[in-house]
Amino acid sequence: MDHPSFVQHAVLLSLVLFGLGTLGVFLRRNVITVLMSIELMLNGANLAFVAFSRAAGTLDGQVLVFFVMVVAAAEAAVGLAIVIALHRHKDTLDVDAFNVMRG
Amino acid sequence: MDAILFYAAAALAVVSALVVIGQKNPIYSAFALIVTLCSLSVIFALLGSPFIAVLQVIVYAGAIMVLFLFVLMLLNVKSEADAPGRGTRTLGAVAVALVALLVAQAGAVLVRAEPGPAPAFDASTRRMAEILFSPQFLYVFEATSILILAALVGAITLAKKDL
Amino acid sequence: MFEDPILNVLPFSVLLLPLGGFIVLALFGDWIKKDKEEQGAAWLACATVIAACALAAITTVRLYGLVGGPEGLRFSQPYLGFEWIAVGSFRVPINLLIDPLASVMMLVVTGIGALIHVYSVGYMAHDEDKVRFFSYLNLFTFFMLLLVMGGSLPLLFIGWEGVGLCSYLLIGFWYRKDSASAAGLKAFVVNRIGDVGLILGMIFIFHAFGSLDLVDIADNAGSLAPEALWQWGPVTLACLLLFLGATGKSAQIPLHVWLPDAMEGPTPVSALIHAATMVTAGVYLVARLGPLFHQSETAMLVVAVTGAVTALMAGTIAIVQTDIKRVLAYSTVSQLGFMFLAAGMGAFGVAVFHLYTHAFFKALLFLGSGSVIHAMSGEQDMRLMGGLRKKIPWTYATFLVGTLSISGIPFFAGFYSKDEILAATLGTGHPILFGIALFTALLTAAYMARLLFLTFFGEFRGGHGHAAASEAEHHVHESPWSMLGPLVVLAAGSVVAGYALFPMAHAGTVHGVRLPDVIQPVFRLAERPLPALPWLPMVATGSALLGILIAWYLYLSMPELRASLARRLRPALRLFGAKYFFDHVYDGFVRHVVVAGSDRLLWKRVDAGWIDGAVNRTGSLTRAFAETLRPVQTGFVRHYVLLVLAGAVAVVYYLLASVERLAP
Repeated sequence: MDHPSFVQHAVLLSLVLFGLGTLGVFLRRNVITVLMSIELMLNGANLAFVAFSRAAGTLDGQVLVFFVMVVAAAEAAVGLAIVIALHRHKDTLDVDAFNVMRG
Repeated sequence: MDAILFYAAAALAVVSALVVIGQKNPIYSAFALIVTLCSLSVIFALLGSPFIAVLQVIVYAGAIMVLFLFVLMLLNVKSEADAPGRGTRTLGAVAVALVALLVAQAGAVLVRAEPGPAPAFDASTRRMAEILFSPQFLYVFEATSILILAALVGAITLAKKDL
Repeated sequence: MFEDPILNVLPFSVLLLPLGGFIVLALFGDWIKKDKEEQGAAWLACATVIAACALAAITTVRLYGLVGGPEGLRFSQPYLGFEWIAVGSFRVPINLLIDPLASVMMLVVTGIGALIHVYSVGYMAHDEDKVRFFSYLNLFTFFMLLLVMGGSLPLLFIGWEGVGLCSYLLIGFWYRKDSASAAGLKAFVVNRIGDVGLILGMIFIFHAFGSLDLVDIADNAGSLAPEALWQWGPVTLACLLLFLGATGKSAQIPLHVWLPDAMEGPTPVSALIHAATMVTAGVYLVARLGPLFHQSETAMLVVAVTGAVTALMAGTIAIVQTDIKRVLAYSTVSQLGFMFLAAGMGAFGVAVFHLYTHAFFKALLFLGSGSVIHAMSGEQDMRLMGGLRKKIPWTYATFLVGTLSISGIPFFAGFYSKDEILAATLGTGHPILFGIALFTALLTAAYMARLLFLTFFGEFRGGHGHAAASEAEHHVHESPWSMLGPLVVLAAGSVVAGYALFPMAHAGTVHGVRLPDVIQPVFRLAERPLPALPWLPMVATGSALLGILIAWYLYLSMPELRASLARRLRPALRLFGAKYFFDHVYDGFVRHVVVAGSDRLLWKRVDAGWIDGAVNRTGSLTRAFAETLRPVQTGFVRHYVLLVLAGAVAVVYYLLASVERLAP
């Protein structure tokens, strides 16, 4: 556990996860998959927080992770509720179908 | 021993992340995400945060992903039609470029950083509790419960049949 | 303030009595009228002014008469007890200034005013609106008194504006007649133009003296640097602006155009306002600020030249007028020109003296003309008169006295004042102005004699306008005594006023001092004795007699000469008849420059075009800008996320770069 390079590689990993999540947001057309990609990005950020918290020796990062998780949960709930409403309205889950707010 | 565990979990995380974004069937993506979350939990534990590791499994993998699966089942989602819409090529190209840029920037900095020795670290649950209920974070802690309440109400309202 | 408390109260009573009369008549006039003679309201108005006159006389006597004391300037400054304006260091208390100049004016206003009020009782006897008339007359008297008694320029200004207002109300008294209301409006508007100058002048004065109190100004004027001819300093500018105001009020060129039209009002109005009092306000203003004017040679010259030129021009126009009141109106303008000429020569006392004598004979002439018009059942055209001498003898006699006085015949009042004016022009070395003045005196005698001859001599020519000749002739009748009485009194005054002597106590004896000398100390000028020119009275009289003689020949003796002369002098006569085209020029200016400019330029281009346009264009510009930005909102979530990502990348770059250089 004292391996110093853990921290560095953990941050690298978080970077990779974040990047993959971003790609997912752009390249997928299913709304729910996009939401899942966002969760992936959040997890990448969480990992970075924990890693830095370990490096700094304080618990502040982990406290923040705690709150991020809470917020992520709330966000997922509301987001999925919106998805349900959208599906009811348009009967599709294609991201590009919802472009009423143009102009 | 820890090193092997760490790199194995890391590899698993990356692979399942790729599955998440690559898989056509959203149900498979959801499961792959669960795998990613669990491997991340392992890594949290290896970084000396047992509380967070457990929380990750309970909240993220246990609650949020279940919710995702619920909705997927409810909406009876099939594999998505894969015909790319107009402009997806450009969009994708630009996105990839930006992401690559981002990763490269941060990576360049990161690679050259020299990590110092990790100091002593007490990340037990008791310690976490002491911090969370301390005057510094108490207000925020209570506020999040209000937040959850709001999300609850919002979700119900939004998903109702007749608003 | 004087120790004598009466001297503090009396002047205010003089001032406020006519105001009280106005208020009572305005509120209760109709109720008072309902007595069997229906003259109650009229006599009430007269009573207030007569009482005011008496009080004014008492005030004057107490100040200068047998009170005893040293010679020289004496004045009282009664104070009403509160300040009207108190802003920082600018203070205007309600106080009056009663010095020799103010006393003279006060007596003229109340005295002549009282006589005219009495006359009006008879003149307006059959008018429906007489209550309104008398209330306006009283109001006018109040404002005029405020003007001459006010202790500071703001109070004077209130009076100034007030008399302008009353002038408008009284000229347009018969408002149902279009020409009358138009004339009233013209008077007010032209006055207003002059008032701009007055206000600006007041501002200059305040800037120079820090105060608008008349005593302060007079005391400190000498300390200002005197300005030589054509040196345009602040004193000169201030004086010219003030003179502009005086020009408007006293009908001098170029703002004289309102006075002839003002004859639309009832004749007593013409007598009071446009002969004796309101138009003299300009002269009073210049005299009051004499010490200030004296510091600017340019201003003095402008005043004098304006006066002389106006006098001459008005005189030439008067010769060709056919309406009896118009002749007198232009005569007033001309005589006012004389007063300004005297003032411009530094002889302020002489100017006021002429104001004083002029008040008597001009009021007399106007009221006399009213009597004539009354006898002619409303006819005013002299060509339809003639031979009235035998039919209205009293009117004729008093009118004759007035004519002789204005012409400057010796032993009549006008002679003395006019003589002194001529002496002043020579004494200060202005032979050209002397020549103009002398010629104008000749003209004055000529047109007045013409008026006299046309109206009272020869054969009666009436009846073309209103009725058949014999019927009109039959109607000619003498006026009632309420009208003739004042005429007689004024006639007496027109003779005696020239000898006006104020009893002054000095070194235990009482002796009379002539009016100009009484007033002189007000101007704080070293007294400059007028040159003793024994030949002057004879020359002046000679020119007057020459004028009368010319009129005699042309109008009574040899009418054929008149016709041939008229043919030869046609263009000149046309110029005079058109009043030197002033009205045409002004009308053209107003119509084509002011109105057209406002309509085409200011309204359509500036207001609708630029100002509205700026606002509208701002709106459309905003909208256009928004339209260009609109396509950014595509409606696709992924595009929005892309933009967010791009921004995020930029921020991360910035953060990282600030921490550490990014070397490839």
